[in-house]
Amino acid sequence: MNPTYGSVAVIVVAVATIAIGAFGLRISRTTSDFYVASRSVGPMLNASAIGGEYLSAASYLGAAGLILAFGADMLWYPVGWTAGYLVLLVLIAAPLRRSGAYTIPDFAEIRLESTQVRQSATVLVVLIGWLYLLPQIQGAGLTLRTVTGAPLWVGEVGVAVVVLVNVVSGGMRSITFVQAFQYWLKLTALLVPVAFLLIAWHGDGSPTPTGEWALPLSGATEHDLYRTYSLILATFLGTMGLPHVLVRFYTNPDGRAARRTTLLVLCLLGIFYVLPAAYGVLGRVYASDLIGQDRTDAVVLELPERILGGTSGDLLGALLAAGAFAAFMSTSSGLTVSVAGVISQDVIGRRLPGVVSFRIATVVAVTVPLMLALAAQRLPVANSVALAFAVAASTFCPLLVLGIWWQRLTDAGAIAGMLAGGLASGTAVAATIVDSDRAGWVGALLSQPAAWTVPIGFVVMIIVSLATPHRMAPGVVRTMVRLHTPEQLDLDRGPWRPQRSR
Amino acid sequence: MVVTEEIDAQTALGEVYLRSLMRSQLRLAVGILGLVGIALGGLPLLFATAPESRRWELLGIPFPWLALGVLVYPTLIGAGWLYVRQAERTESRFAEMAGE
Repeated sequence: MNPTYGSVAVIVVAVATIAIGAFGLRISRTTSDFYVASRSVGPMLNASAIGGEYLSAASYLGAAGLILAFGADMLWYPVGWTAGYLVLLVLIAAPLRRSGAYTIPDFAEIRLESTQVRQSATVLVVLIGWLYLLPQIQGAGLTLRTVTGAPLWVGEVGVAVVVLVNVVSGGMRSITFVQAFQYWLKLTALLVPVAFLLIAWHGDGSPTPTGEWALPLSGATEHDLYRTYSLILATFLGTMGLPHVLVRFYTNPDGRAARRTTLLVLCLLGIFYVLPAAYGVLGRVYASDLIGQDRTDAVVLELPERILGGTSGDLLGALLAAGAFAAFMSTSSGLTVSVAGVISQDVIGRRLPGVVSFRIATVVAVTVPLMLALAAQRLPVANSVALAFAVAASTFCPLLVLGIWWQRLTDAGAIAGMLAGGLASGTAVAATIVDSDRAGWVGALLSQPAAWTVPIGFVVMIIVSLATPHRMAPGVVRTMVRLHTPEQLDLDRGPWRPQRSR
Repeated sequence: MVVTEEIDAQTALGEVYLRSLMRSQLRLAVGILGLVGIALGGLPLLFATAPESRRWELLGIPFPWLALGVLVYPTLIGAGWLYVRQAERTESRFAEMAGE
């Protein structure tokens, strides 16, 4: 790839991100902008913003890379990332918006009236956030290496610095417009090149990859039926527990709007996720040597040069690189804001003034995953993201689903369930990060843990709640009124307001 | 007492109203997820138990790729649309009954 075009594209995106962040500083100083925005943001803009923040390096680069390497079974990644929003829509979208919670710890506190649950949820938000930031940072290193030939650490440190500057300066966090723009940028950056690539492919006589690769459950991976179902469970149920997803729901004016926005998000994701499969198949035809080099995550970036070549290949490659960087920036910024938010609110607390505390928290929120990225073994980006989904599905999914639909959930049950699900999935994740090549059932169970860790989370939460009926939240009925009744009814919904607006 | 007062005072009747609202919404959610779960979750089982299904072709495209690469998305969107419509109906019925 021509390093000049690629570098220019990446630098333009980075500078634009910081510039918009600096501009945003002037028009938005506090998180309460979400409240202001909530009155003026329409569902389409809001849905684009959710999509922009959600579509990460794993969606943009990782899914195509996995499809190139492992074939049809990997189609479940984009399917699961979309279906996760359907599950979120039908089980939690409207009640969560009505709860008034700004973060998952907020929700835990509202519903269970306990600060210990809040603190447990805080720890989990930070851990899941870091686990999700890790592949974003590694993906940035990989992109910059592919584009410019720079060593991996340059892109990793680079994206961390840009995100840090951006978040500390106050940009992006409250600017729905920027995240909405990111969705359309990412969609365009994948859609335009693929049109040219498909025309060239058609001119080549439409060669299609064949053999076992094109078949699901081909047996190339051990225990692939188990792995498929476990992945389905992790992605379908994990989406709702990602730290940066919930915050965006606050910009909906009410529960009904939250539903309609989520439906639009489903449409936007459905359009986007058709594309990784196309890149994966084209990659199988034109770039299968990447598998041997262990660089399948680069397939999206390299295809224009390989198929088209020349200036058009360079330009389209630069467009793809710009989109990839946009993906790291938007998701990493969203995650960093969420992680830093809970660190500053629940860990640093009132010992320091709010702005100072948030800035310190941001430095911590970015530095830890950066260190991990520099030190850890490289997993394929999408695999690594799937582990974060598995932890979220084993901990926050039971908390949210049972909290919303089951009055008898207690604080003790919630903590025990999150602890059990978190320990089980966390152990599996740690074991996989240390060594991702274990064989047999052990390897399958550890690298795709959701199928056994999600039930652990649910069962422990239910059993401990049933054993501690005296710990039910005293105001649970009032909270259920708050969660489930339409806003237009004049009802007593309890006094709770998010801390930030107090 | 009108319905909203019953709910606010947490009388037995008020709880019945709340419970019936929650129950119909949960039933809807579980129904939608069940349908999608069977349709999507059935695919790996189909591929595993009837391996020749992996080689079916529709319009020249292998069935697994058509299903998982394209058709699944309109299905999810359709399920979401159906859910939103029904959930809003349930809520307006509840609001009407509560004297809105």
